[in-house]
Amino acid sequence: MSDTSPARVTAARKAAAGVLLAAPFLVYLAVPSYAKESPRLAGFPFFYWWQLLWVLLTAVCIGGAHLLTRRRGGAR
Amino acid sequence: MKDVEGVELAIFIAVFAVVTVVGFAAARWRRGQTLMHLDEWGLGGRGFGTFVTWFLLGGDLYTAYTFVAVPSAVFAGGAMGFWAVPYGAIAYPIVFLVGPRLWSVAHRHGYVTAADFVRGRFGSKSLGLAVALTGILAMMPYIALQLVGIQAVLTVMGVTGSGWAKDLPLFIAFGLLAAYTYTSGLRAPALISFVKDALIYLVIIVAVVYIPTRLGGWDSIFGTAETALARPNPATGKPAGSLFTNDMTHWAYGTLALGSSLALFIYPHTVTGALAAGRRDVIRRNAALLPAYSLLLGLLALLGYMALAHPGTVAAVKAAGNPQLAVPELFEQVFPSWFAGLAFAAIGVGALVPAAIMSIAASNLFTRNVYAAFLRPDATPEEETRVSQLVSLLVKLGALVFVLGFDKSLAINLQLLGGIWVVQTFPAIAIGLFTRWPHRWALLAGWAAGMAYGTMTAYGTSSPTQRHFGSPLDDIPFVGHTGYIALTAFALNMVVVVAVTLLLRAVRAPEGQDETNPDDYLADADPAPAAPDDPGRSLTGRPV
Repeated sequence: MSDTSPARVTAARKAAAGVLLAAPFLVYLAVPSYAKESPRLAGFPFFYWWQLLWVLLTAVCIGGAHLLTRRRGGAR
Repeated sequence: MKDVEGVELAIFIAVFAVVTVVGFAAARWRRGQTLMHLDEWGLGGRGFGTFVTWFLLGGDLYTAYTFVAVPSAVFAGGAMGFWAVPYGAIAYPIVFLVGPRLWSVAHRHGYVTAADFVRGRFGSKSLGLAVALTGILAMMPYIALQLVGIQAVLTVMGVTGSGWAKDLPLFIAFGLLAAYTYTSGLRAPALISFVKDALIYLVIIVAVVYIPTRLGGWDSIFGTAETALARPNPATGKPAGSLFTNDMTHWAYGTLALGSSLALFIYPHTVTGALAAGRRDVIRRNAALLPAYSLLLGLLALLGYMALAHPGTVAAVKAAGNPQLAVPELFEQVFPSWFAGLAFAAIGVGALVPAAIMSIAASNLFTRNVYAAFLRPDATPEEETRVSQLVSLLVKLGALVFVLGFDKSLAINLQLLGGIWVVQTFPAIAIGLFTRWPHRWALLAGWAAGMAYGTMTAYGTSSPTQRHFGSPLDDIPFVGHTGYIALTAFALNMVVVVAVTLLLRAVRAPEGQDETNPDDYLADADPAPAAPDDPGRSLTGRPV
C-alpha cells in the first residue's frame, strides 16, 4: 500500500464508515419503533413512508462509506 | 374461460421478438477472442462497468418473484408482505463489505464461482462441492418461479387451454431463452436487462402515479385495504392481516428481512453478476446505487394494496383462486389494453433475464466444482464452456419439470426453502473472505447441521392448504417468538462452526492449504484496456 496520505484509509474514517453501514440495520431491525400509523405523510402511514425513506438513506450511508474508504491515487 | 386479449398479446409477442433478437445479437457485443471460455460465456468477459453491472445485478435480483409474489403477499397479508423492503435495503451494506473482497480474490485467482473461492481458501474440494451443490439446489425452484410469473401473465391475457396446448406458450418462451443463453452466455441477459428495466421503470412509474388517481388517492387506498384486511378469513376465522406488524409478527418481519439479506449476495446468480464486473470499484459503487431498485420494489409492493382497493381486481382474483394474479389483473382492468400489454411484457422479460443468469450460474457451479474438480481435472477452458452450455439447458429442463409437476403454492415455499439453504453457505463464503479462523471441517459440519435443521423444520411446517413446507416461519428456540427458519438454522450453523473449530484445533487436525494472500482481497484490475480491434471469433459453424 502506498504511504502518501490520500491513498491511506485512516482508522477514524474506517470507524465512521462502520457506523454508516450499521445504521440501516439498527433502523430496520427495530420493527416496533416504526410499526404505527402516525404521523402520516401524503396519505402514507408512518410504517410505509419511513421504510421507503430509509431505502434512500441506506443508499446515502453506503455512498458515504464508499467515499470515506476510497483509496484515491493508490495502486490498488 | 375468457377470450384471448388480442392487442395485449400482440404487444407481448412483439416485445418478446425484440428481446430474442437482442439475445442472439448479444454474442457479438464487446466480444473477446473466443466465446469458448468460461470467463467469456459464463462471465461476459469479466469487463462490465458500473452502468452495465447496475442493470445486470438489478435484472438479477428483481425478478418475476418480486413483481408478482411480493405484491401478492401484500395483497393477501398486508404489512407482513412488506418485509421485502427492509430486506432490499440492509442487504446492500453486506454487499458493500463482502462483494469487493470476493471480486478481488476471484480476479487474482481466476475464480468463476463462490465455490471456487471456498475450495482455494480452505484447501477443501469437499467444502467447495457442498457450497456448489447447495447453490444448484437453491437455483432450481427459483428458476421455476420465474416460469410461474410468466404463467400468471399469460393466464390474465387469456392464453389458456387444456392439456398440451396450455403449456405450449411457456415452452416457446423457454425454448427461446435456452437458445440465446446457449449461444451468447451472460452477455444475453446483460444486454436484455436494459430493455427490461426501461419497461419496468416506465410501467411502475405510470402505475404509481396513475392508479391512485383512479382509486381516490393514497389515503383511500390504505383505508380500503385496512378494512379488507381486517375482514375475517372464512377458512381460519382470523383477519387476513393488518396494515402494521404487531407484537406477534415483529420478530417474523425482522428475521425474514435479516435472513434474506444474508442470502442475497451469496446466491450463485448474484455472484455471477458481480464477478462479471471489470473493476473492484464497480461493486462498491453498485452497493450504493442498487437500493434504487428497492425503492421500486417498495412501490411495487404497494400495488398489492391498490389491487385490494380495486373491487374488480378483488373479484377476479377470488374467482381464479390465485393471489399471484393480483397485479396482472389490476393492470388488465385499469390500463388500456396496449399499455397492459407493455406491462405484461415487462413482467415476462423480467422473468426471463434472471432465469438466464440463474441457469448460467448453476451450470458454472456444476462445471467448475463438480465436473472439473472431480470428474475431469484436466478439462480445457473450451471443454468447460461446452459442458456449461449443455448443463444450462438441463437446468432449464429441470425447472420446467418443477413448474409443470409441482403445485404452484408449493414452488413459492420451496423458493423460501432455497433461502434457508443458501444462507448455510454464508460462513464459508462471506466469513471466509475476512478470516480463515474457522476450520474447513467445522465449516462442513456447520453447513450440514444448518441444512439438516433448516430442511427438517421447514418440512414440519404446515398451512391451511398444505401439510409440509407450508411456511418459512417457525418458533425460534429459546426466544419464544416466531422467526425465519433460515436465521435460526444459520445461528445453529455458526455455533457448530465455532465449537468444532475449537475442538479440531485442540487435536491439531490438518488445516489444508490456503492458496490466497491477504493482499489478494484488495487487488484491482490493471488499468490497461483490452485491444479494441480484437477480431473476435467467428460465430458461424458452431452447433446450436
